[in-house]
Amino acid sequence: MAGIPHDHYEPKPGIQTWLHKRLPIVAIAYDTLMIPTPKNLNWMWIWGIVLAFCLGLQIITGIVLAMHYTPHVDFAFASVEHIMRDVNGGYMLRYIHANGASLFFFAVYLHIFRGLYYGSYKAPREVTWIIGMLIYLAMMATGFMGYVLPWGQMSFWGATVITGLFGAIPGVGPTIQEWLLGGPAVDNATLNRFFSLHYLLPFVIAALVALHIWAFHNTGNNNPTGVEVRRTSKEEAAKDTVPFWPYFVIKDLFALAVVLAIFFAVVSFMPNFLGHPDNYIEANPLSTPAHIVPEWYFLPFYAILRAFTADVFVVQVTEFLSFGIIDAKFFGVLAMFGAIAVMALVPWLDTSSVRSGKYRPKFKGWFWLLVIDFVILMWVGAMPTEGIYPWISLIASFYWFGYFLIILPLLGVLEKPLPQPATIEEDFKSHYAEPAE
Amino acid sequence: MFRKIAISAVSALSLMTGVAFAAEGGGHIEDVPFSFEGPFGTYDAHQLQRGLQVYTEVCAACHGLKFVPIRALSDEDGVQLPADQVRAYAKGFTVTDKDTGEDRDGLPTDHFPANNDAGAPDLSLMAKARAGFHGPYGLGFNQLTKGMGGPEYIVSILHGYTGEEKEEAGSTFYANHTFPGGWIKMPPPLADGQVEYADGAPNDIKHMAEDVSAFLMWAAEPKLNARKDVGFKAVLFLIVLSSLLYLTNKRLWSGIKGKKAH
Repeated sequence: MAGIPHDHYEPKPGIQTWLHKRLPIVAIAYDTLMIPTPKNLNWMWIWGIVLAFCLGLQIITGIVLAMHYTPHVDFAFASVEHIMRDVNGGYMLRYIHANGASLFFFAVYLHIFRGLYYGSYKAPREVTWIIGMLIYLAMMATGFMGYVLPWGQMSFWGATVITGLFGAIPGVGPTIQEWLLGGPAVDNATLNRFFSLHYLLPFVIAALVALHIWAFHNTGNNNPTGVEVRRTSKEEAAKDTVPFWPYFVIKDLFALAVVLAIFFAVVSFMPNFLGHPDNYIEANPLSTPAHIVPEWYFLPFYAILRAFTADVFVVQVTEFLSFGIIDAKFFGVLAMFGAIAVMALVPWLDTSSVRSGKYRPKFKGWFWLLVIDFVILMWVGAMPTEGIYPWISLIASFYWFGYFLIILPLLGVLEKPLPQPATIEEDFKSHYAEPAE
Repeated sequence: MFRKIAISAVSALSLMTGVAFAAEGGGHIEDVPFSFEGPFGTYDAHQLQRGLQVYTEVCAACHGLKFVPIRALSDEDGVQLPADQVRAYAKGFTVTDKDTGEDRDGLPTDHFPANNDAGAPDLSLMAKARAGFHGPYGLGFNQLTKGMGGPEYIVSILHGYTGEEKEEAGSTFYANHTFPGGWIKMPPPLADGQVEYADGAPNDIKHMAEDVSAFLMWAAEPKLNARKDVGFKAVLFLIVLSSLLYLTNKRLWSGIKGKKAH
């Protein structure tokens, strides 16, 4: 593998060389596991392992759940109850799977915001970032379709609302919506295809994860200083790094065990904390719930979707300029997808040459404001669209776009960054004393 | 390092704040200290047996429990009815056999009958399909100690009647200060002393309502005891594992990292 110089796998004569000549699989595993990793990675660098674990957990529990689940509108809800009551350990499998999705998103948000703070998206790691965003999109599609499968009230009405978004596209929208649903409304055809895709997409995610890891193993990890590992010689690189095994494997496993202790406390003692009670009512196309609320991890973008109503000035101007093609509903949909698109484009929107937010005094404030903005969007996404809430979501939505489209491009020009350490080794030595032998 | 952990923890907590659920309409719901709440709470078999009696004598007239198998009544973690009593209980129902298409006496392997002749909702999952409280601040964290208030909601409905009634579109509605909208189609089902308990437990409306709500919580979540048991072991195991990994990690890095300079 390219990148940081380090010792490679040397097959011994005999079976090792025999296999290596035919399939260098041991060499790939060795190089992947022994990759030189910046020794100053902090605790925000643990979420990757948590995410990989989540993917495995969801696939394993999901495969077993699929053995007992029936994707049919008449039996889906009852088959979930069958899992909860009759299948050995089924209640645990289902609660782990349902809460596992939440852990997955919780970890991915911390992972994304870590990347945003330390500039992990910047050259030469743009491809890693873009693949990450694709993983995130695939996760959202998988999570959404998974929530439909129990065929409760929120499943059904969530599916109706979300697929309705595609119906807002001018001209072809209704056709696309009908194609997605497999009919004029959410029904058995919808449930069947969602089940099929919900089973498929995690494997697409797994493939993307492999690319994601390959990409950053090629460029080397970013680190809290944002300063690159020296790679002129093996000796110099070794001063900035330690091998991934055992140093980061053990550190990440420790972090994973702590996260899982909290996770299992939630699963076992408050398993329905993150669910909606309405989803324990079987889907009924004739009765709309009082509030249709998506899962918590969609709320920030749901808030942006709802923020742009017909009485917002920007929406009115757009509608006028586009001769009515972009109406308020379509504008909301564009804003929701746009909010993710601007995040995906951040490698080219951030003009600063300094990678880590640690050395960007002005950037820090705006970044933390973005984190707060995200939390506010999440909160307001669960509130009804009345009173002051639409205003809050509108202001928060503007900040989201403003951060990526205005603040980041300008900051690179206006900000005077602090001095950065010359090397990772130098920074590390300024924080930690020499180890006592 | 601990500063970083603190930052992670704070950002973790703040991410969770989005979980706020919009409060549904309806009145205030009083907390009831049920035995099955909190990480160590378990079902009280005597209460569940009384609740089963209230369900059978009162609720079952209009409601069903179609997802609950009758055999579950003998579960260790639940109602703990002896096997012969479960057989006798099942016999009380007449079911149409799926294979022969003929009517026969119920068996423990059958489910409680579905019943929506009167348009009443099935009660199998009612205790999980309603949330009585969402606190604190709409975050729902008190589920850890109080549950989400489904059984409390049922208790509240059952003794929330004000005594008023009205006729509308040919149906009678009864005023209830818990039901969203204030008017419910279900006539007040319970009266003081209506069900005679074999164990002589108090049988005023409030106690009967609590007993049947506990029973319905069991019906909705029959594996609650087992789940908490598994969870306790899992969390304990993970705490031990993470302590060991912490020490391993510290030892491992001691050759790389000295004491923190500042």
